[in-house]
Amino acid sequence: MPLPANPALRLAHLYPDVMNIYGDRGNVIALRFRCEARGIALEVAEVNAGDAFDPANYDLVLMGGGQDREQRRIAEDLVAKGPALREAIDGGLPALAVCGGFQLFGHRYVDHEGGVIPGIGVFDLETRHPGPRADRCIGDVVLATEYGEVVGFENHGGRTYLAEGQEPFGRVRRGFGNNAEDGAEGARTKNAIGTYLHGSLLPKNPAIADALILAALRRRYGDDVELPPLDDAAETAAHRAAARTAERRSRAAAE
Amino acid sequence: MDLRLAAAVNAGKAAGMATRLLGRGGGTALPGLVALRADPGALRKLGRQLGRGRVLVTGTNGKTTTSRILASILAEAGVPVVHNREGSNLARGMASTLLAAAGPTGRLKVRGGADHALGLFETDEASLPAAARDLAPKAIAFTNLFRDQLDRYGEVDTVAALWREALAAPPPAATLVLNADDPSVAELATGWPGPVHWFGLDDPAFATTDPGAVDARWCRACGGTFAYDRRYFAHIGYWRCTGCERARPAPDTAAESVSLWPESARFTVPGLGELEMPLTGVYNVSNALAAVALARVLGVDAGAIARGVAGVKAAFGRQESVEFEGRRLRIFLCKNPAGANQVIRLLQATTAGTSLNAATLLSDRFADGQDVSWTWDVDYELLAPLVAKCWAGGTRAEDMALRLKYAGWPAPTAVEPDPVRLLDAVLAATTPGDEVAIVPTYTAMIDLRAELTRRGAATRFGEDE
Ligand SMILES: [Zn+2]
Repeated sequence: MPLPANPALRLAHLYPDVMNIYGDRGNVIALRFRCEARGIALEVAEVNAGDAFDPANYDLVLMGGGQDREQRRIAEDLVAKGPALREAIDGGLPALAVCGGFQLFGHRYVDHEGGVIPGIGVFDLETRHPGPRADRCIGDVVLATEYGEVVGFENHGGRTYLAEGQEPFGRVRRGFGNNAEDGAEGARTKNAIGTYLHGSLLPKNPAIADALILAALRRRYGDDVELPPLDDAAETAAHRAAARTAERRSRAAAE
Repeated sequence: MDLRLAAAVNAGKAAGMATRLLGRGGGTALPGLVALRADPGALRKLGRQLGRGRVLVTGTNGKTTTSRILASILAEAGVPVVHNREGSNLARGMASTLLAAAGPTGRLKVRGGADHALGLFETDEASLPAAARDLAPKAIAFTNLFRDQLDRYGEVDTVAALWREALAAPPPAATLVLNADDPSVAELATGWPGPVHWFGLDDPAFATTDPGAVDARWCRACGGTFAYDRRYFAHIGYWRCTGCERARPAPDTAAESVSLWPESARFTVPGLGELEMPLTGVYNVSNALAAVALARVLGVDAGAIARGVAGVKAAFGRQESVEFEGRRLRIFLCKNPAGANQVIRLLQATTAGTSLNAATLLSDRFADGQDVSWTWDVDYELLAPLVAKCWAGGTRAEDMALRLKYAGWPAPTAVEPDPVRLLDAVLAATTPGDEVAIVPTYTAMIDLRAELTRRGAATRFGEDE
């Protein structure tokens, strides 16, 4: 079955008014564009601190990154929403958590003075901040993932460490990745992806956008749903431009 | 004579001469850099010879335009000025400007006398602590605080912390000239022992309910959220804290009855009357207010202020108009989402029907910010129904084209990183008499202007750059 009649999906965008620092809105724009181009109605609900949130009402969840100060403010609210969200993700709910959102989808964020911001443990990982004197991990990223080559840009102070057995989102070809040490980037559990990559991620990596949409459709309408392809010439050109840029800058940095 | 300063000045001048002889462009920062290496006190020693004092203009957006308007006002008032108008607003750039005015012994030579001259320094946000320390300014204007090139400056909160650090140094007898409409700027008055002069927009007709990308969400004093009765753009507007007493201060210099035209703006400043300026957009009215407020703090008379505002020339790429093979190119520099969103709204307000020809140029060199994700925070969607033809250019032309595709724009006539071929594509798709809006990032604008100049575009831009 290519698509059911009148397909519709509901997306929960968590904390859009504060977790929006690096063009994360582009991920929502891309999901909407790629749904509408196929006649899939995408309803986007903005879920802010204090709002009731039942993951059972949604087919997709998205969360971006914020400034440190902002992240601290929403962490408590996210922890309250955490158990239900974790359970839904265990049940296959597709989710994308970027940067600060990715960190809070782990067990905890430990700042350089030992202060702990609790996360929701969707991913088996923790993030530690090495202190204000450590350089931020800033620059282009190219990853090898099971969705193919992924490009983006990272900008984070915290270093993330995956527990034994936690799958990464990809392996770093260019850039720092989770911690600039072990070559892992992001995390993946069932249909949930966590990553430091903005850029924005989904417009330039349409395979991931489509994987999220397809997983959401299959969860709602059955496993035989297929996505009709789109003309991705512009997406591919932007992807290649980003990959070329990463290549050129990493060569320049090496010289 | 200060031998160390004299040596530094001469080393800096020699470095500048060498780059000119080698034909290398972009050398505005090098002489200052060399001089500061030879004498780290050079900026202080040279700057403090300016007998009328120093004025700093900082903020995310509008620094250059505000400084240009103030320079125009001061010229009308007959005040001799040393101004870093060539664009480098780091400490090294300010030192370069001062070096150019210094003789071989390190004494400043300014027409009208250094004793009577004023220093006017556009100051990079992150360079403010050093500039404030070395130049001991008599006034500092803060235009606004937006997110800008996060890969270079870090978070907005980091810049705010730098500013507080600059103002925490031994309290200078400076007047702070602050944007009352921006809560992040207004907060700088907290604990400031010296005088504050507020400027702000007072015309609700230009307020919007569209949230856009908001960068000032919480009150530092109490942690409460800001509420807005009216908002001009982003977080600029009639704010008040829901947790404490803080609210937008009443401006000392306000703009009422604002009217915007395609290439000019008019507004009334109580106490000064109606002013007209050859720049448009609400954001430029705010820039003009900052300059007018500074001029008032400096004691400039009303006539010189009005003439100076009326006579300002557009700065490098800020609403410049260029005649090129019969086409009229209008250049709107965009460095960050807040600036770009203001340009988008200006084009939306001044375009009738589906008649907009637009070339959007996205480059990703260091001066632009290497991270292009900010384009997703720009509301290109608003222009989609107005676009007739479009082109995507800059070193990341393909990223720009993708952003426009997802914003619902028609397919670009050309996606072309090369400025030579981009201009060819614009020419091929237009006829004499057509207008084209060019919306570039900083280095994309530099590249395009170099090509326009090479082709002898009928403009004398650059004459005072
Ligand atoms: Zn408050």
